[in-house]
Amino acid sequence: MKAIYSLILVLALVVLATLGAGAAKMQTIFAYCVPGTAFVIFVVGFVAKVIGWAKRPVPFRIPTTGGQQQTLDWIPQNKWDNPSTGPQTAMRMFLEIVTFRSLFRNTKVLLKHDDGKNPIVAYVSAKWLWLFAILFHYSFLIIVIRHMRLFLQPVPKFIVGVEFVDSVLQIYTPIVYQTDLLILAGAGFLLARRLYDAKLRYISLVNDYFPLFLILSIALSGMYMRYIAKVDVMAIKDVVMGLTTFTFKVPKGVDTSFYVHVFLVSTLLAYFPFSKLMHLAGVFLSPTRNLPNDTRMHHHENPWNDPSIKPHSYEAYEDDFREPMFEAGLPLDKNPEEAA
Amino acid sequence: MAKIIKPDEMIRSINYTPPATDWMETPNDLSPGRFAYPAKEDKVAYLQHEMPHVFGNPRVWNPSEADWKLPANWKEIVMNGFRERLDKYRSLKLFMDICVRCGACADKCHFFIGGGDPRNMPVLRAELMRSIYRGEFTLAGKILGKLTGARVMEEDVLKEWFLYFYQCTECRRCSLFCPYGIDTAEVTMMARELLHLVGININWILEPVSNCNRTGNHLGIQPHAFKDIVEFMVDDIETITGKHINVPLNEKGHEILFITPSGDVFADPGIYTFMGYLILFDAIGLDYTLSTYASEGGNFGMFTHADMMKSLNGKMYAEANRLGAKWILGGECGHMWRVINQYMDTMNGSMQGPQMQTPVNPITGTVFSNAKQTKMVHIAEFTADLIKHGKLKFDKSRNSDIIATFHDSCNPARGMGMFEEPRYVLNSVVDQFYDMPENTIREQTFCCAGGSGLNTDEIMDIRMRGGLPRGNALRYVQEKNGVNTMACVCAIDRATLIPLADYWAPGVKITGLHELVGNALILEDGEERTMNLRQEPLPGFEEE
Repeated sequence: MKAIYSLILVLALVVLATLGAGAAKMQTIFAYCVPGTAFVIFVVGFVAKVIGWAKRPVPFRIPTTGGQQQTLDWIPQNKWDNPSTGPQTAMRMFLEIVTFRSLFRNTKVLLKHDDGKNPIVAYVSAKWLWLFAILFHYSFLIIVIRHMRLFLQPVPKFIVGVEFVDSVLQIYTPIVYQTDLLILAGAGFLLARRLYDAKLRYISLVNDYFPLFLILSIALSGMYMRYIAKVDVMAIKDVVMGLTTFTFKVPKGVDTSFYVHVFLVSTLLAYFPFSKLMHLAGVFLSPTRNLPNDTRMHHHENPWNDPSIKPHSYEAYEDDFREPMFEAGLPLDKNPEEAA
Repeated sequence: MAKIIKPDEMIRSINYTPPATDWMETPNDLSPGRFAYPAKEDKVAYLQHEMPHVFGNPRVWNPSEADWKLPANWKEIVMNGFRERLDKYRSLKLFMDICVRCGACADKCHFFIGGGDPRNMPVLRAELMRSIYRGEFTLAGKILGKLTGARVMEEDVLKEWFLYFYQCTECRRCSLFCPYGIDTAEVTMMARELLHLVGININWILEPVSNCNRTGNHLGIQPHAFKDIVEFMVDDIETITGKHINVPLNEKGHEILFITPSGDVFADPGIYTFMGYLILFDAIGLDYTLSTYASEGGNFGMFTHADMMKSLNGKMYAEANRLGAKWILGGECGHMWRVINQYMDTMNGSMQGPQMQTPVNPITGTVFSNAKQTKMVHIAEFTADLIKHGKLKFDKSRNSDIIATFHDSCNPARGMGMFEEPRYVLNSVVDQFYDMPENTIREQTFCCAGGSGLNTDEIMDIRMRGGLPRGNALRYVQEKNGVNTMACVCAIDRATLIPLADYWAPGVKITGLHELVGNALILEDGEERTMNLRQEPLPGFEEE
């Protein structure tokens, strides 16, 4: 049900853009006003959210340690999963963010209890989520990089190189970018497992389906533009450059599918800072990953540490138990006569 | 102990397919056996007197009854507390914001694996709080409501929190697998803090906390009784080894203060581990003292509130200063070591007196530079260093009837990373050691299901379900390698793993690491022992 609502919502956005830019001829609004506003919301919202996190204190160093600690000299430390210095921690973060290392560790529990046999509980490797998550995220990244050609004049060599590699298979005309297919596979898998796995269906919200449908529809509308409508890329670049250089002109000869694509992207940008998609920035700030396991070696300051919180004092303890302690012959700071 | 179903029936009762009703619509099951008993009124009153901003609403109440006797403004108290913590902890705010519900954590929790209750999936456990965060603190949540996983705070939500945040042992296994490191322990700790504000609590945590505060240990052993127990153990050691040893108590002027969980002083089999420490210290001539004031290594405050944890922890430095100890040696304990490793210096480092120094092993000269700030060394690190330098002589044949495995306790595993030290010690004192399967040990270790204050008998069904992953892995090495002993470095484990092993892998006994050290350690040349620390005959002496 939540998936259907999300799908309807995304379809409504498509219809809105089609009618608005196509039938109602509001190209200027859909080419300039909407993406411009969305971009501002994205940047301001994103920065505000990150500042909001960053200004909150980290009272304690609570890394989740994933290997042997730094200890006696002759015991090798797992420096990249239980770091004790800044550079080691940076390496741990690098692996986490670039290779999705924690997800790579994923296992799946298997429970079998056939009658008459001993029950089996086992944990088997489950790398599918990792694989498709990697495909999805890297495809997304490469697609974003490719799109930078529309914003930059002249087009940097780096982007041309990325495009070359991404289309190296040379299939179809216009040549298909592999990432276009891979992002569909990645997002499709992420969606399918939410619908198929009962546990995931149970925990999934509109907040989970909506961005998946949105990203899928962005990819599909983009592919429609390139492979089916075969839109005029130079005309689009004119529009985009107009947007980035603030020289707005009435767009001409651009297919409606472009406005649909831009409208969906705008929605994603505006939605981004208020959603779970902020994990993009949050992963950098996670205190169980981005801190060294070093508080036995170095002091960590808690800004709200309250020095007035003291232990129940030894004096009060001895006052409480002086007589029996004396009788038991335990050493005392004040013997009963002194205390009396 | 409440009567529970047989292991076979329990396994067959597990179903990972969630019910048809949405979790927000599923009513709370508050029948007996589903929750630990609430704290006694006088314990809460005492703690409220000690820390009024932490504990509240002492009263007699019963979770099975509809009326929980909450203060009239309970919602205001809880919501203000929630808001305050969102500003004090980046972790909480971040963990409320960035979860994508990928589900990687779902089948990592031992309570989910053994029970199948969807609210025990870590992602949903956190959603219990996240839904309130959305519904009460975010605009979108207020407008869109349930579709976006938002809801408002109600008494039933508070009851749900009580049920499920006391079915989390803060073991952090989920956090290891989370691609963003979202730590359910952190969420659980915050939820429990909020519940304490309105007097929702369990006795198995608050009675130990109040005992620790007053008598110095969670069992409430008073100083003279503590001395009696130590003398009793000294007598037993003499019976076993033929040697009378001296154990300093509350003495000033010793180099090292030794602190261990009080479970080691009181409960079988912890006492054998304690005897192991005493034998070791005597054998190497260590200049140390015990303290009755700081006689609890375990910090039950951690299961209540950061300030209570700080206050109880502060006794360690206070006592080291009073007695003039240069550094502190810590015994085998789980969450005690998470506190020492990740909280102690941050909370109480400024209490350290000028006499405290970077710990140096007086026997080997090794500088424990990894403890230069806290001045506190783990006994497994200490003993591993002694063995590496050839300072200890062992007669492994005394442990030759033992086929051992090792249970990594959650906190030294995922809150510290102590894996090789105990294994090195264990391999030095037993001949046969087999690890459990790799997805169940080291950083992926499974909890005993009684951590964070849950090792109480009235929730035995929940504990045994949560104990399934550990028990099953133990059963595996029992059948494959003939393992008959599981060693561990945690006092809670030594209490909880016994019923767990009896239930899931009958025939496996539980020991502390230093019990086996104490067994094998040769005190003087030519010494012959006929019994182990449990006063059972050693291999080869069964007939006598």
